[in-house]
Amino acid sequence: MKIILNNTEESFEKDILTITEILKLKNFVFKMLVIKVNDKIIKKNEYESTIIKDGDNVMILHLVSGG
Amino acid sequence: MLHKIQNKAIGIAGCGGLGSNCAIALARIGIGKLIIVDFDIIEQSNLNRQYYFIDQIGEPKVDALEYNIRRVNKDVKVEKHHLKLDSVNIPEIFKNCDVIVEAFDHAAMKQMIIETVLSEMPDKYIVSGSGMAGWGNNNDIKTIQYDKLFICGDMISEISETLKPLAPRVGVVANMQANQVLDILINLM
Repeated sequence: MKIILNNTEESFEKDILTITEILKLKNFVFKMLVIKVNDKIIKKNEYESTIIKDGDNVMILHLVSGG
Repeated sequence: MLHKIQNKAIGIAGCGGLGSNCAIALARIGIGKLIIVDFDIIEQSNLNRQYYFIDQIGEPKVDALEYNIRRVNKDVKVEKHHLKLDSVNIPEIFKNCDVIVEAFDHAAMKQMIIETVLSEMPDKYIVSGSGMAGWGNNNDIKTIQYDKLFICGDMISEISETLKPLAPRVGVVANMQANQVLDILINLM
């Protein structure tokens, strides 16, 4: 499948993936994330159950402390 | 063009290193109104980066920031709230803002306000800061845009015992946020 991940087109071998699987594949290890899939905010307890499919627009933003 | 920003209101969520410096920059260019929100009191350790002065130690940050804004530009309207922002009060306090500036220190608070604004206030612009601890690496600092959300910083430099937030780099990001706010406002006109 092809998705838009953080404003960039990315291809994955599988046709569907959960958020948890994408985080693992992309090696995103930051703890504090904001994840949006097609304009819907996905909370941490929904990472396992949220399915990403072809054509989805996904934002995975990590935040670090300081200000 | 610039005189039109006299009609614009900006929310400043947190009045520490990012918020105090960003608010002053916006006051200097003649922004119409600033809604400043912070629960904290000025401490000696804040003076390494925040827009406050020695004689203001012990004062609530919102009181001192209002005073400092007035010393720069007395035409700016200031609405101040001495409280802790959360997912319930953010939509109410910032409902009349054109742009919200996320200026917290803790990543959990940054996450909270971004999630709240994106889900509860989808028509609002929000300009956030992430990754500014330490020094050097000027060219790693950038702005990333996702629709109406902008993130300024290097995205990775987190504060720690050994990597402190310091005036130069925090000030760069705070002023980048102000610059992004101005760009959004001008593009809206």
